[in-house]
Amino acid sequence: MSDTPMLDQLETGPWPSFVKDLKRTAAKKPQVKDLLGQLERSYEEKITHWKHGGIVGVLGYGSGIIGRYSDLPDDFPGLEHFHTMRINQPSGWFYTTAALRMLCDIWDQYGSGVMNMHGSTGDIIFLGTTTDNLEPCFQALAQKGFDIGGSGSAMRSPSCCCGPSRCEWSCYDTMEACYDITQEFQFELHRPGFPYKFKFKFSGCPNDCVAAVARADCSVIGVWKDDIRIDAAAVKAYAGGELKPKGGGAHVDKLDIQKDVVDLCPTQCMSWDGNALKINNRECNHCMHCINLMPQALRPGTEKGATILLGSHAPILEGAQMSWVIVPFMEMEKPFDGLKELGANIMEWWTENGKNRERVGELILRLGMREFCLAVGLDPVPQSIKTPRCNPFFFWHPEDFEAEAEGKTYIKL
Amino acid sequence: MAEDRITDIGPPHYEQFLPPVIKANYGKWKYHEIPQPGVLKHVGESGDELYTVRCGAGRLLTTDYVREVCDIADKFCDGHVRWTSRNNIEFLTPKKENVEPLIAAIKAQGWPVGGTGHSVTSIVHTQGWIHCHTPAIDASGVVKAVMDDLFEYFGEHKLPAQVRISLACCLNMCGAVHCSDIAILGIHRTPPKIFHDKLRHVCEIPTTIASCPTGAIRPHPDKNIKSVVVNAERCMYCGNCYTMCPAMPLFDPEKGGVALLIGGKVSNAKHPPMFSRLGVPYLPNNPPRWPETCQAIRKILLAYANGANKWERVGEWITRIGWSRFFDICEIPFTFQHIDDYKWAYDTYNTSMHFKF
Repeated sequence: MSDTPMLDQLETGPWPSFVKDLKRTAAKKPQVKDLLGQLERSYEEKITHWKHGGIVGVLGYGSGIIGRYSDLPDDFPGLEHFHTMRINQPSGWFYTTAALRMLCDIWDQYGSGVMNMHGSTGDIIFLGTTTDNLEPCFQALAQKGFDIGGSGSAMRSPSCCCGPSRCEWSCYDTMEACYDITQEFQFELHRPGFPYKFKFKFSGCPNDCVAAVARADCSVIGVWKDDIRIDAAAVKAYAGGELKPKGGGAHVDKLDIQKDVVDLCPTQCMSWDGNALKINNRECNHCMHCINLMPQALRPGTEKGATILLGSHAPILEGAQMSWVIVPFMEMEKPFDGLKELGANIMEWWTENGKNRERVGELILRLGMREFCLAVGLDPVPQSIKTPRCNPFFFWHPEDFEAEAEGKTYIKL
Repeated sequence: MAEDRITDIGPPHYEQFLPPVIKANYGKWKYHEIPQPGVLKHVGESGDELYTVRCGAGRLLTTDYVREVCDIADKFCDGHVRWTSRNNIEFLTPKKENVEPLIAAIKAQGWPVGGTGHSVTSIVHTQGWIHCHTPAIDASGVVKAVMDDLFEYFGEHKLPAQVRISLACCLNMCGAVHCSDIAILGIHRTPPKIFHDKLRHVCEIPTTIASCPTGAIRPHPDKNIKSVVVNAERCMYCGNCYTMCPAMPLFDPEKGGVALLIGGKVSNAKHPPMFSRLGVPYLPNNPPRWPETCQAIRKILLAYANGANKWERVGEWITRIGWSRFFDICEIPFTFQHIDDYKWAYDTYNTSMHFKF
């Protein structure tokens, strides 16, 4: 009789089976056999058998290793120490097989061979090694050019969409920005000194393939300022059905330009007379819908950069937040000085003012956008709000009166 | 310690991993097509072509599995491969003639090809019982069961728009799933149990009290008992106290389970990004295949596929028909749990006559 009758039921079915995969490794690695055994126990009892904890790490870093211990070490001795290592992924998750095989060799030597490609933040995750193996595994990786990622109250490993490497819509070099920002903040990444975690994510366009708006404290989303580029002949080819909507990725084969594109434009800034598509670009919200539907006919403009949004996090504690606009447009040319300076200012203000376990987006809600903007050197801009306040509780500061004395008015008359 | 110890080098530069056709066309791609589900064709200004074959995978795998990925990439892609933000594996080649044999090799491995366009692509998820100390449910097992059930939607473009499913195995949501078309959320439903005798030996009381994000923990009123008490009304079952204090487990094998949150998205197309909202407050925690969870997701997906207009995401469909109609169609009884009473609840109340009977 099998040791894992419940897990065995996950070996069938068309989706790849992690149980099959783990069983094969378990034949060589006793700790993976124990891992399956403990998982089976969780399936039977419907509770986890991991304990948090203990401070473990590599020399000089306070981040990137998560201590993990079984609460059933007598039954599953291979899991007595079974720590997680986060390995900072390369931008865009591109690999050569030589690099992947090297990573596999190191992880087979020092750990369980079980991994995640990739964890929620973007790192390569190595699951399961002992305290003694952490430092040698780290140094073996470092010799080959890989470093550990972030964890705890630190900068977390930034991540990005594939951007200009394989997408015609990317409005800046997400891959290089991600790499450069990661290098810039190495100290903050490895040595937790923040009130809580801080994440950067880089998406090349408003489709936001890395969910930056939902999953990063600082969300850098590509945008263009000028006109959508139109290939008029290709628009006609979509209208005629020679080109398929979404490049063939949709459930329909032919576009109705009026109904599918023009009528669904959220700003109603487009028109179609059966012959030519016109866009009033000044009114465009750059939502990407028309471009998504007709990738051979429409492309973002050429005056490109990024919008900086701040504040998103999962529901802990005040409830889930999405990032909101703090800088509508920033040039994003290497070496990304504007973003580095703004990022450093934000982290400094948050570290000074944030309570333990308070994300930057929660701190701004507690202290107010005015205090935040003044501290990091940002002007108020209408793009940062959906609507202005509807209450009369707006306050005035001496600087406001000074500005009025110097001639400031609140509407041009 | 050795002086040649290496630290703070950061990740390797990506450029060394890019295929030559990407280096040559970096930032100069002109357009893309999806000639068949799971296959992307990118065309550069230069006329160069890049083919990508997208292969579904779980995020939990082994070095043996990754070496099999490498074998295929060596054979058909000159050793170039990447992963997507949703745990899919992408094989990259400029050679059109390699696409069909590549697909055949992937399928021979028992791996699915798809996840493009109007499909249900791979589920992003958290660790679950394989490696975490606070989960209410497993992660990889639920994902495997749901993807087996929805398999037909992975390899075809037959939905009104793309559908993104995500799973977090407790409400801490280390995989932030709060903006997904369908979010599967593991939930605890009872406050932690306190083992007073054990607590005084293994826990530090001030850090245990400080660990509670809602301030629900205070010292035990009887000074002779060196322990804490939990104000059950303030507890929202996050398990942060258990992280600090192993004498306070909050696991209840029978009461824990699954909630489904529906209608979120991150893209800006048409509507701005949306949060997922509570759809189904509780489904039983039923390993190894969580049949109730699979059935509920299928029911909601089919209702969406049947009712949505072209290009509508799940949340856009619900916004158009209204939540009351959504509950109606999906046969979800409305409960007190659906009505927000947390911090920003007022934003969710209907202050208009815009509703349906």
